[in-house]
Amino acid sequence: MSSNWAVNVAVLYPELLNLYGDRGNARALERRCQARGIDADVTWVGIGDRWSPDDADIVLVGGGQDREQRRVQSDLHRRGEALREYVEDDGVVLAVCGGFQLFGQHYRGWDGEIMEGIAVFDAVAAHPGPSIRRCVGNVVAIWEGETVVGFENHGGRTYLNEGQQPFASVVSGFGNNGGDGLEGAQRKNAYGTYLHGAVLPKNPRLADRLIALALERRYGSDAPALEPLDDRAALRAHAEALHAAFAPAESAIGRRFA
Amino acid sequence: MNAARLTAAVLAGKTTRLAMRALGSGGTTLPGLVVEQLHGGAAHALAGQLSAATLITGTNGKTTTTAMLARILRADDRVVIYNRSGSNLMRGVTASLVEAANPLGALPGRANAVFEADEAALSDIAAAAPPSVAVFTNLMRDQLDRYGEIESIALRWADALGHFPGAATIALNVDDPLIASLEAHWSGDCLRFGIEDSDIPPAPEGEVMDAVWDPMTQDDFRYTRRYFAQLGRWHTDGGAQRPTPQVSADQISPHEDGVAFTLRLPEGEQAVTLPAEGLYSVYNALAAAAAATALGVEPDTIRSALESHEAAFGRQEDLLANGRRVRVLLGKNPSGLNQALRTLQAPGERHHLLVLLNDGIADGEDVSWIWDVDWESQGPHCRSLFVGGDRAADMALRLEYAGLPAPCAEATRDIGEILNRALNHVPEHEQLVILPTYTAMLDVRRRLGQMGASRLWDVA
Ligand SMILES: [Zn+2]
Repeated sequence: MSSNWAVNVAVLYPELLNLYGDRGNARALERRCQARGIDADVTWVGIGDRWSPDDADIVLVGGGQDREQRRVQSDLHRRGEALREYVEDDGVVLAVCGGFQLFGQHYRGWDGEIMEGIAVFDAVAAHPGPSIRRCVGNVVAIWEGETVVGFENHGGRTYLNEGQQPFASVVSGFGNNGGDGLEGAQRKNAYGTYLHGAVLPKNPRLADRLIALALERRYGSDAPALEPLDDRAALRAHAEALHAAFAPAESAIGRRFA
Repeated sequence: MNAARLTAAVLAGKTTRLAMRALGSGGTTLPGLVVEQLHGGAAHALAGQLSAATLITGTNGKTTTTAMLARILRADDRVVIYNRSGSNLMRGVTASLVEAANPLGALPGRANAVFEADEAALSDIAAAAPPSVAVFTNLMRDQLDRYGEIESIALRWADALGHFPGAATIALNVDDPLIASLEAHWSGDCLRFGIEDSDIPPAPEGEVMDAVWDPMTQDDFRYTRRYFAQLGRWHTDGGAQRPTPQVSADQISPHEDGVAFTLRLPEGEQAVTLPAEGLYSVYNALAAAAAATALGVEPDTIRSALESHEAAFGRQEDLLANGRRVRVLLGKNPSGLNQALRTLQAPGERHHLLVLLNDGIADGEDVSWIWDVDWESQGPHCRSLFVGGDRAADMALRLEYAGLPAPCAEATRDIGEILNRALNHVPEHEQLVILPTYTAMLDVRRRLGQMGASRLWDVA
């Protein structure tokens, strides 16, 4: 079935940057488009594949371990300029965790080796070394006056440079570095975040924002409005994640000694 | 070594254990900690009396392999000491040694220990109980949640190998390239195990893989056959390839409530019918058989003990509850659960599903992995669905995406309530399949016990 509207979703390096359920983000976009009669076409982009952001309306990139990030680095650099232009041209991006780090200026890995990023975000990340604790746990942050929830698991700490806007502010969890209360980064329609979960299925408003921005960029004022969907299951999962972030102690301890 | 101090520590440990039992707790953490406090070298002193110690480590299969090997060694008339499921840190090992010792700190003569070792505790446990045999099963992604990079585990293991006694034998699952590469760090005896059957259906496209290239050479692992996760027949462009195993399984075929295969051992072939399903059970049996071979057990004893295997409690279990067949399959990470789901996809198979997701420490606090599990495969097999546990809503959302039938009752944190609802819903003679994470498994197992559920094969 083809409709009047279509959104092309590209997932970068799904084989390597696929940690912690990030593929759920592509499913959420696909599902939420289809429910509204909008065609959603998902392209999986691997190292060396012929692909250009010109074909994309939404670009997703997920998280991986340091070594996987290192592995995609040169291919990503090859596409760096095109991706920066895409973002300047209001292209929509969601970069999660390792992907977020690679879309920054650079990332210093746990062994001290520097990986250059593609500088979509004016941010630098550094792993404080293998003996320092990772930032792991449920996160609640505020984005545009509403909660966003997810799970973070990152060794690297991100610091935004002067003038770089964050994505959200942390209520519970570490966020970018556990110090400044900031979560992620936003540059035009490009969002970087540490939230896994996958983040889009349980934060339907964020998912719809990405879709709306993509439609607006592609169809201008002809873009269709997004009618509301039955999001009860998503909102229950959202509420449960809030609960998990704020009330873990008693149940976890109870269970540990059960 | 001060014998009086050891005696005092052993006694204190035993007393703590009795006190905890009286309180209804089967835990081994506290007795182990008490003993370690009183006598830091207690485990080492006790382990010095063992005639052999086998350590079993890896992401998946530790508990079952430990249970299988213990059974084989008992069938070989040996005195066996092993640690209970979940007690795989140093203190759990200490507690099992203390429990086996008499109040004067003496172990039974010629005892064989089989210890499941947490991946990060391997070095400490090996220092206290120097292994005669060490088994490495596989290295998969639930490591990340707890330890960070997979590489750091592989590095710790390589380091631990440097401190093993030179006479030890290591048993490696060569179908896992990350495990096979450990051989480069070991100059002693090595017993390789793996699957040799070329008729196994390959892993579905897109199933999550954990390790895709050789951390030493950076070469990609390529597969002529991949069974699940990164296990299979691998090679690299640089010329590395899966070594040929000395202990292997061939002609693997499903068998009622289990799997049949030909077990090839250095000293002959055995036709085995294993009362446990799935390829991962075959890997567990191979791991146990390799260790038993290194410990000098005859092939025929290995076969008969494997055939009398009973699933380690709650991992894979068929029960009868309220006249309903209940199957419990533990699922704690994507590769383990994808394997469990593959045992539920026989053509025409239809069952009721109860999925229980907790996010306790022992479950993994990050539930994101449910998005990497192929729930979609259950579509044609799922008659009805129930969802429970601390992250029931997350699970329900994931299953809605998978296109499974809408849950018959609202997802709830209350495992007792959802279990009752599911059992009331399932008609007699139909099957309820329960897929719990670890702490949910403990919970549901206890409740099933309270309602008088019995193991199916105990029922005439
Ligand atoms: Zn992450």
